[in-house]
Amino acid sequence: MIPAEFKYLCPSTVDEAVRMLAEEGEDAKIIAGGQSLVPVLRMRLAAPTALIDISGLTELTGVHDAGDSLLIGAMTTHYEVQRDHLIHDHALLLKLATDTVADPQVRHRGTFGGSLCHADPAGDLLAPALALDAVMIIAGPDGRREVPASEFFAGYFETAVAPGEILTDVRVPKYPGWGAHYEKLNRVAQAWSIVAVAAAVQVRGGTIAAARVGLTNVGAGPVRAVDVESALVGQPATAEAIAEAALRASAGDGYKDNLARVLTGRALTAAVAG
Amino acid sequence: MKISVNVDGVTYADEVEPRLLLVHYLRERLGRTGTVVGCDTGNCGACTVHLDGHSIKSCQMFAVQANGHEITTIEGLARDGRLHPVQEAFRNNHALQCGFCTPGMIMQAIDLLADESDPDDETVRKGLEGNLCRCTGYQNIVRAVQDAAHRMRPGAGPKMEQHSDEHVTSKQPVGGE
Repeated sequence: MIPAEFKYLCPSTVDEAVRMLAEEGEDAKIIAGGQSLVPVLRMRLAAPTALIDISGLTELTGVHDAGDSLLIGAMTTHYEVQRDHLIHDHALLLKLATDTVADPQVRHRGTFGGSLCHADPAGDLLAPALALDAVMIIAGPDGRREVPASEFFAGYFETAVAPGEILTDVRVPKYPGWGAHYEKLNRVAQAWSIVAVAAAVQVRGGTIAAARVGLTNVGAGPVRAVDVESALVGQPATAEAIAEAALRASAGDGYKDNLARVLTGRALTAAVAG
Repeated sequence: MKISVNVDGVTYADEVEPRLLLVHYLRERLGRTGTVVGCDTGNCGACTVHLDGHSIKSCQMFAVQANGHEITTIEGLARDGRLHPVQEAFRNNHALQCGFCTPGMIMQAIDLLADESDPDDETVRKGLEGNLCRCTGYQNIVRAVQDAAHRMRPGAGPKMEQHSDEHVTSKQPVGGE
């Protein structure tokens, strides 16, 4: 289908984009890579009056070393995330989850920040962002503010980004030397996760020193499996300890509840091995 | 809105409506109907073209977003009447039946081979994950991509197109200061 008419604007700075959002009113929408938004527009599920294309904002691209953390520009594409050596070395879980997003063509255009803002509960980058304690940096008319991932995902396709605001960067703490795995279950190629589990584990001398586990598509937003995490810490990195901890994963209804436990076990096993 | 786009080596300046999809611009304004619309939902990959050297789905992007960029379509691959090695490999391996998915398959296969010069079965299938074929069962497509990889290996081309650096290295000073 052909989308409804809209006004197309290309700001060259974040400040200009924020100004445009204010001027165009609440029916204006930011377009990043457009890989979720364009289909939505074509199906006329949304009909914004203006699209503000932020792909020209080079200040929003790239991954930067910020000491204890990485600063990932919201417009960094999935393809760039997959190949970035800082992400590979310090936030491997993010790379592994990004490897499973859609297909190569979509990963060339789609962006990290765009996926987070779209906040599809089946989106693969929400659970890793939550598990890794990412912090979202949001620009608005009153300057910038920071929102931790635990407060960012507000519900079904909903985030803390208010009308008039733009996600500019994501700060991800460094996890050097942690093992990681993203275990995703779907029926066919390029399908959304039915359930997926994001796991990162720090093993020291055969003992699990720390663990982060996030679940994809088991609720209105990503879910942190805190019971699994706490059951793992201090345990030996063995199949028995993992199996025991994985039983604490929960996803509410019966089918997904079972999936959550099985996939958590697989994700942790692979994370400990890697 | 005014845009300037380079398509298959030719720069076009056009006035387009912002809601015009890139694939419709290519087909209806430029007459480049080699790039086809398959599913209309972003799944099938038949409309795959290259944007600045990387594969994208041209139904998932507006023409205005291509302003100032370079697009390569299936129609820009042949050189001097000779098919691209990937096109040649698809023909020789019977990698198509109805042929509708073929433009997208070939554009995505070229993208894949740029990253993976000697892909195994699994790598080809993963690399073509975003392209659907409803006739072949993919077997011959996978074969064609691997055949193309061999055709594109260093030293695999016609003798006259091979470059040797012998005339350079033979003149390098050997040892000494």
